[in-house]
Amino acid sequence: MPEKVVYLDNNATTMTDPEVFEAMKPYFCDLYGNPSSMHEFGGQVAKAVEKAREQVKDFIGAKDAKEIIFTASGSEGDNMAIRGILEANKNKKHIITTKIEHPAVLNLFKYFEKQGYEVTYLSVDSKGNLDLNELSNSVSEDTAVVSLMYANNETGVILPVEKAAKIVKQKNPKTKVHVDAVQAAGKIPLDVKNTDIDLLTIAGHKIHAPKGIGALYVKTGTLLPAFVIGGHQERGKRAGTENVPYIVGLGKACEIAKNSLEYEMNEVKRLRDKLENGIIKSVYNAKVNGSTTNRVPNTTNIGFQYIEGELILLHLSDLGICASSGSACTSGSLEPSHVLKSMGVPFEALHGSIRFSLSRFTTEEEIDYVLKVLPDVIFKLNKISPYQRELKALEEAHKR
Amino acid sequence: MWDYTDKVMDHYKNPRNVGEIENPSAIGEAGSLVCGDALKLYLKVDDNGVITDAKFQTFGCGSAVASSSVLTEMLKGMTIDEASKITNQQIADALGGLPPQKMHCSVMGHEALESAIANYKGEDAATHCDEKIICTCYHVTESALREAVEQNNLTDLEDVMNYTKAGGACGQCHVAIQKIIDEIKNKKEKVDIKNMSTTQLVLKINNVIEKHIAPELRKDGGDIELVDVKDNKVFVSLKGMCKSCKFSSNTLKNFVEASLKEHISPDIEVVEV
Repeated sequence: MPEKVVYLDNNATTMTDPEVFEAMKPYFCDLYGNPSSMHEFGGQVAKAVEKAREQVKDFIGAKDAKEIIFTASGSEGDNMAIRGILEANKNKKHIITTKIEHPAVLNLFKYFEKQGYEVTYLSVDSKGNLDLNELSNSVSEDTAVVSLMYANNETGVILPVEKAAKIVKQKNPKTKVHVDAVQAAGKIPLDVKNTDIDLLTIAGHKIHAPKGIGALYVKTGTLLPAFVIGGHQERGKRAGTENVPYIVGLGKACEIAKNSLEYEMNEVKRLRDKLENGIIKSVYNAKVNGSTTNRVPNTTNIGFQYIEGELILLHLSDLGICASSGSACTSGSLEPSHVLKSMGVPFEALHGSIRFSLSRFTTEEEIDYVLKVLPDVIFKLNKISPYQRELKALEEAHKR
Repeated sequence: MWDYTDKVMDHYKNPRNVGEIENPSAIGEAGSLVCGDALKLYLKVDDNGVITDAKFQTFGCGSAVASSSVLTEMLKGMTIDEASKITNQQIADALGGLPPQKMHCSVMGHEALESAIANYKGEDAATHCDEKIICTCYHVTESALREAVEQNNLTDLEDVMNYTKAGGACGQCHVAIQKIIDEIKNKKEKVDIKNMSTTQLVLKINNVIEKHIAPELRKDGGDIELVDVKDNKVFVSLKGMCKSCKFSSNTLKNFVEASLKEHISPDIEVVEV
């Protein structure tokens, strides 16, 4: 490992904000009481949990803190929402999602498809945008739930979930709308209260809280059976003694994220654009995958044509640069990114697609360093490619 | 993060023999842009059939580049005949091993080498196109699958995916792949009975009788007993209903002998005592 690490993989996970860590610390060895206890020692811990619930509520713009259920992860939130809705609406056998969801939702839908549900997988265009007409035409009397991601983890493209929720309700007011906001949270403002969204999932570790904590928003009046049966915790919907330090951490992270939105949308975006423009300008076989206008401010997905993603990541890693790839080789599966494939990204760019995702901790100096060393890595790898003629043509075109 | 050996890392960081050879004696190709890895191998061969130079160009991951790179090192100085004996396992071994999910990179190296040798010998590589393709997603032919399964003693579907990529996408060919694995496995289990000790052979015969033959006969109220084994002759006695059955000679030839031939060796002859 090189000494200096430039971490541009914040869509995978983020550093726990030291301020968040500080807020959590007392709840391990000092304030370790059970929030359900009658004594004051536990009672003060219960207050901390409720404060965190308020912080999450404010962060996503919910009406009432009662609408927040703490979970252990984004995947758990997705499962609790979708499985719960289907359990509460057993007579409805149609469900809708998109082709570009995170596996947490996509594989759950595939599971229900095997169980006999009719599933509509909505397509996206070459920019990664959803067709709202297709959505509108898909919703029927029999549709139990529509689950949409707010922002795509690989491209950062934002889906119009508020509009989509409205369309769903116009077609069938009884159909529930779940939004997987794991990649949107902390990057764009969330405000669920005046929308038609019924359920919304966030994950702590994408917003500088630690791994192992998340939250599900359940709009008042949404019938959701218990996900974990047992005690009364989380209003009986998720039994089990609360993970107090992590809940406190998530609350703090939400508070900071809300206050950092301005910075994300201006400064982080500026650095992302600088990185993206710099690469496109200096590397002739690079092009951006997905919409560049309708995107979260921290993400860029760049396809390096005719070279392979894992090889790029390995060479960047040697220089201390952390990114990720939609290439098949990195995942252990043999299939390249289902997201980029759904967008119709051609094979020569698909396999060499690299995602850079910044955070509020990314510095200008780091971006300058990447811009300095990355082109030479790509040019070195281009020399290994069997597609010299194609690369030459791209180089010529880039000069003009 | 893959658990790559130092050797793999050395080869993808500093690949040897990258590029094209001008006027090569042979060019071999494997993989494609669609599959996510592709390899072009160039050989220069002298009048004595010795490979004097080898170069490569690879589109692929770290282990694909490392496999190509180490292959070119292995090839230099070999005769074409020697080169034709290189297996994908030897390529992987030269790198100190590859993660199981990456074995297909060594297979790709081997395929490119085969293609280059065919090209050198003037054989029409295009004949391969007529072959039956089992995995349409990754264009894996039946013969490529059989070769990978046989050479590497692959015994399950996941292994085959790791080595050939076949079946790794849509999954429609899983049944066909499993059939090939089973077929080869069955064939391997059949051994030359002349090389077996009598005890081994008796145990094997008894096993087949107990597992495959007796249960069927018992269904009809019959049974069978192994009496003796001499060379390729198996002496049995039919019991119960079988004994008095007028079709017993039929049962003996078409069922008992056929089962033993199928599971052990076609040389076996069954005699009733």
